[in-house]
Amino acid sequence: MSVNIQMSIRKNMLFVRLNGELDQAVTEKLKIRISELIDKYEIKYLIFNFEKLNFMDSSGVGFIIGRYSQVRRRNGRIVICSMNRLIERIFNLSGLKKICSVAANETEAAKIVEVM
Amino acid sequence: MYNEIRTSFLAKVDNVMLARTVGVGFLVGLDLPLNFLNEVKTVISEAVTNAIVHGCLSNENKYVQLNLSYDAKNIYIEVIDDGVGIEDVEKAREPLFSTKLEEERAGLGFTIMEVFTDKLEVKSKLNEGTKVLMVKKYNEQMELS
Repeated sequence: MSVNIQMSIRKNMLFVRLNGELDQAVTEKLKIRISELIDKYEIKYLIFNFEKLNFMDSSGVGFIIGRYSQVRRRNGRIVICSMNRLIERIFNLSGLKKICSVAANETEAAKIVEVM
Repeated sequence: MYNEIRTSFLAKVDNVMLARTVGVGFLVGLDLPLNFLNEVKTVISEAVTNAIVHGCLSNENKYVQLNLSYDAKNIYIEVIDDGVGIEDVEKAREPLFSTKLEEERAGLGFTIMEVFTDKLEVKSKLNEGTKVLMVKKYNEQMELS
């Protein structure tokens, strides 16, 4: 796989840190793993840390929309933090900012979640 | 000046990363800005993913072709599959249209290809396949001279 994934859970928050490239090959596998965690631990808030993500195409967008509809069932939310400029362009172009919150880093992302 | 490569690989999603890498590697001599290379990488990824997932329906016995060339002014990216073809190209090019929305596809592939290149041409025949050609200008000055 073209990506390294690190995940951690704190209360009802799932932190997903991606290092590498997010494309169709990665999302097909990641979808299953994350979906299981969301259901098993009743995750409401999904926080993606994209600090070390250096590539994402529309497969990544579809993947985030899919996770959004999953946490939405629990009135949850997705927060994306530490995006680089290329990812941010895809993010803006795709309209993802209408359904996801954006934070500068994980600490700020957790704060956004806490006031919800 | 003119240069060209033709590649062919199995229609597996694991090969999309290879396709992107080939594209960027081929252009390395042109000394292009990182932002520009990222756009090329993204459109190759979109077109090749489409060819594999929609064209070849992830049938791993089929092949996808990626041909790249450049002249003094433009970069040409061609992605060809001999898959199922697109029934309505106009509709497929509309933002957010996808035949596979239930499989979490965003329906943004062609939109991104259009935004990140200067010309996008899609030719398709049902049950014969699809050919996508993208042209991206990299040397604006050449146009003036």
